[in-house]
Amino acid sequence: MSLRIVVCVKYVPDATGDRHFADDLTVDRDDVDGLLSELDEYAVEQALQIADEADDAEITVLTVGGEDAKDALRKALSMGADKAVHVEDDDLHGSDVMATSLVLAKAVEKTGYDLVICGMASTDGTMGVLPAILAERLGVPQVTLLSEVKVEDGVVTGRRDGDSASEQLQASLPALVSVTDQSGEARYPSFKGIMAAKKKPVESLDLEDLDIDAELVGLAGSWSAVDSATQRPARTAGTIVKDEGEGGKQLAEFLASQKFI
Amino acid sequence: MAEVLVYVDHVDGAVRKPTLELLTLARRLGDPVALALGAGAENTAAVLAEHGAVKVLTSDAPEYAEYLVVPKVDALQAAHQAVSPVAVLVPSSAEGKEIAARLAVRIESGIITDAVDLEAGDEGPVATQAAFAASFTTKSRITKGTPVITVKPNSAPVEASPAAGAVEALAVSFSDAASGTKVLSRTPRESTGRPELTEAAIVVSGGRGVNGAENFHLIEALADSLGAAVGASRAAVDAGWYPHSNQVGQTGKSVSPQLYIANGISGAIQHRAGMQTSKTIVAVNKDAEAPIFDLVDYGIVGDLFQVVPQLTDEVNTRKG
Repeated sequence: MSLRIVVCVKYVPDATGDRHFADDLTVDRDDVDGLLSELDEYAVEQALQIADEADDAEITVLTVGGEDAKDALRKALSMGADKAVHVEDDDLHGSDVMATSLVLAKAVEKTGYDLVICGMASTDGTMGVLPAILAERLGVPQVTLLSEVKVEDGVVTGRRDGDSASEQLQASLPALVSVTDQSGEARYPSFKGIMAAKKKPVESLDLEDLDIDAELVGLAGSWSAVDSATQRPARTAGTIVKDEGEGGKQLAEFLASQKFI
Repeated sequence: MAEVLVYVDHVDGAVRKPTLELLTLARRLGDPVALALGAGAENTAAVLAEHGAVKVLTSDAPEYAEYLVVPKVDALQAAHQAVSPVAVLVPSSAEGKEIAARLAVRIESGIITDAVDLEAGDEGPVATQAAFAASFTTKSRITKGTPVITVKPNSAPVEASPAAGAVEALAVSFSDAASGTKVLSRTPRESTGRPELTEAAIVVSGGRGVNGAENFHLIEALADSLGAAVGASRAAVDAGWYPHSNQVGQTGKSVSPQLYIANGISGAIQHRAGMQTSKTIVAVNKDAEAPIFDLVDYGIVGDLFQVVPQLTDEVNTRKG
């Protein structure tokens, strides 16, 4: 039987660009180039490896976002995913993690799945809670923050390296997995992969397709609100000293003056 | 007075510092009621009471250790129901955030993660967060349900404020989902004797300039002279010189200590994302053009192999 894998990915503003908030205090997505969140590339990679090991598997990449978010899907398709689902609706603008997770859960259910794979966090919001929320909404086991993952005979096992311990985890499918940047280098799309991606199907869904009331999403439907966003003043220039042989001692003097020693 | 539910992070009854910081913040919003789960839960009561907990709810069951996250969510939900708090505060650890997130879904409440400060506001708690590699500071609040907020370590001082801290056993019935993810084995991380990276008041980090695993002892020696935690840049971790659990940055840990000392780290945006909120930043790098120098309070342009041992000796001498 075919193993149905859905990978949730996010299109995020490039962290090396000058990221900003828009006037409505949502993330400004026009001001800076976007790309597939680096941490989601690891999720796509693990999906590809799991699919390789399975007799028969199909990988769907799923994203919620504006027109540009298709770029993230194309990247995942060019890495080797089979098809894509793009949820786009004007009413989604400003959705927080609760609203977004609701949409993702409905879209995952509509797509059909045995295994959902997420990156550990997005590189813009960096909350890292979406996988757990999605597992709760879907009512499936969460096997999260894995640095190693394996799927065999309807069972997912993985290693979670926490602060105080390393744990070996196991759950039966259907399940939700999130992987860390330690799970294995993500592959670069090949030229062949990039060409093939152009022909792969991208399904577009809106809120009506997912049977979601517009009031439940967007800024108004979110359960948290940003009241202000202030750019930090640039740090005042610090003291910079060239080491002429006494640099370590000078630094110790500075640390002492700041009461660190 | 309104009650604030505080989730306790402890190891066999030893309460970790971020939880005590949470109690300081909780007292700004109301009377803290602490929830401690698992082995040694009752042993947390004394220290929690000393830091302001009016009540300590406890629950121990094998489920907390045998299954991942969900049994703890069941317990937090039971506590939420029992207490009807004005807010739920949870330490921003990887597990803490997952517990908080699942609770928020269940009680139909909004969630804020990684707050670095918390104040009482007219419409509920107002959380301060750092966004976009700390280039922005945002103020947020919850608009639906009981605010569920996770707070980063080092966000508030630990203050003694003795309260009753009466221990009460919490009745928890586990959901069907609780046994979904089995913990087959658990290997405790070997203790280095150094402070936990995310909690440390001082962090000493090494990067590409350290030039090999065999040289990290220089970074460790400096860290030990200052009672600091050791961090590493992604370049150093990817090269296999230091464990990933010590990585500071966008894909590693985010730290905000009183003092951060970056050695041989150029200061790529990914690294800055993880340390930019440090109060005082010091760097040692032989490249005068390294972007890290844009952030520093004090920088030494020089060879870390000269500067770091000299600094270590000087610190040790001054401590005498």
